[in-house]
Amino acid sequence: MNANGFVHKYGDNVDTDVIIPARHLNTADHRELAAHCMEDIDGEFIHKVKDGDIMVAGWNFGCGSSREHAPIAIKESGIRCVIAKTFARIFYRNSINIGLAILECEEAADDIESGDRVSVNFDTGIITNETKGKTYQAEPFPEFIKEIISKNGLLNSLK
Amino acid sequence: MGMTMTQKILAAHAGLDSVKAGQLIRANLDMVLGNDITSPVAINEFEKAGFSQVFDKSRISMVMDHFVPNKDIKAAQQCKQCRSFARRFDIDNYYDVGQMGIEHALLPEKGLVAAGECIIGADSHTCTYGALGAFSTGVGSTDMAAGMATGQAWFKVPEAIKFNLTGALSEDVSGKDVILHIIGRIGVDGALYKSMEFSGEGLKSLSMDDRLCIANMAIEAGAKNGIFAVDDITIAYMKGRVNREYKIYEADSDAQYTQVIDIDLSAIKPTVAFPHLPENTKTIDEVGDIPIDQVVIGSCTNGRLSDMAAAAAIIKGRNIHKNVRAIVIPATQAIYMECLKRGYIEAFVEAGCIVSTPTCGPCLGGYMGILAENERCVSTTNRNFVGRMGHVTSEIYLASPAVAAASAITGRISSPKEVK
Repeated sequence: MNANGFVHKYGDNVDTDVIIPARHLNTADHRELAAHCMEDIDGEFIHKVKDGDIMVAGWNFGCGSSREHAPIAIKESGIRCVIAKTFARIFYRNSINIGLAILECEEAADDIESGDRVSVNFDTGIITNETKGKTYQAEPFPEFIKEIISKNGLLNSLK
Repeated sequence: MGMTMTQKILAAHAGLDSVKAGQLIRANLDMVLGNDITSPVAINEFEKAGFSQVFDKSRISMVMDHFVPNKDIKAAQQCKQCRSFARRFDIDNYYDVGQMGIEHALLPEKGLVAAGECIIGADSHTCTYGALGAFSTGVGSTDMAAGMATGQAWFKVPEAIKFNLTGALSEDVSGKDVILHIIGRIGVDGALYKSMEFSGEGLKSLSMDDRLCIANMAIEAGAKNGIFAVDDITIAYMKGRVNREYKIYEADSDAQYTQVIDIDLSAIKPTVAFPHLPENTKTIDEVGDIPIDQVVIGSCTNGRLSDMAAAAAIIKGRNIHKNVRAIVIPATQAIYMECLKRGYIEAFVEAGCIVSTPTCGPCLGGYMGILAENERCVSTTNRNFVGRMGHVTSEIYLASPAVAAASAITGRISSPKEVK
């Protein structure tokens, strides 16, 4: 499992209300949700994001509501992986449960800039900044969580 | 090694003698909850995965509360999907318009959650039920789907912060001020991944409504759950509501905490969280002159009877300021009826408030009080993020019902003392 793409970077405490505002929660359609992803914090995001891109942020990413619509909107928008200093816990488990890759790495989150090209190896937790020629080490997933992700989400892992 | 309250409940529900922080476990669930926003996603996943039955129809609650009475056609479709699912599986605790209330006020009121139980809900404020001494935490829709199918959820056993409460609340200070004070101290990620465990002799000055409000906002400090030690007040509340056996868990004397924080309740003042994070707190005497456009009194945080009583005591016989729209939302039908009997609703309407049927509507910017550009709202709800209640330039100031009511009268953020 790997990711390789350009970075969209945000700050601390990015909450689920800005990831997908509640005025759009009258639908569970993934495409419709993705069309409004990040619109209250970055109206340009949905126009510039490309399949395989990577999102980078600071502390407590995904705080607030438990809405799974938030990781769904990010994943459906084309983002392959989110790297942050820390994640709010419900966002963290929702991402794992739906198979959106996320990694905690303070050094990477500080150093990587918007537009950098970055690749990630999920097995080793190594993040490579190809633009800056630097690498960062994130904690790889525990086996229990790797298994959920490798089976493409929690419900498939229960079958 | 000793265990915290949360660790004991998780161990018991995982069929283990003991657990330790960091351990990954699979626990049996006593209740699985969803609402009209999160259940449709769960139902889609449940059906996509091919499940054909629920683990226990009496241990699933579905509450239509976010966008009901339906705000638009799409919201109506989502409720219809939940209604069909509930009928198909004969879900006992399906609550629709007429019986529904705001989920986290409704479930404790109906006795559907109790001390010692293990509860998940696809709503972040599911941590509210920790007020009863339960382990209760918010999850997403996929967890809800898995919970409905298997009766289980995976957890990483959390570490805990102990809050040792002493003293008693002063006049015009409530549970809301306590939790805003705490979040102001530790920050919006101050308890990230952890339990917030509340105990100490100060507990006896906190009503169940205060405790439900405090536990409700544990998530606003990033916590996995908030949990209160069970005492006579908890037991009295559950009596007549919970008609099944429940178990009281106490933390071991040698339980490990990452931090112990002493909170002197008597020193807490009315507290307001400024935009755009619940940690941006000021005490009421530090607020300054802030004119407002709207007040919302309600929500899963502060829509209970004592919240309505605190607001009515200030609003009765006075007039809402001409520049303010005041929206009052009793959280359940039972609370609404009691407000009617006690004359609160008459007092609110005579003063110039509107009183709504139970709904989460304005709290999350759904409907029933959306804010325009640059408008300011004093709200008894739980989040003041950018755009949470409307336009991205609007501002939300989180406060207690007493402060919100006083502010509705004066037209600016005010202490209850100013109007009494």
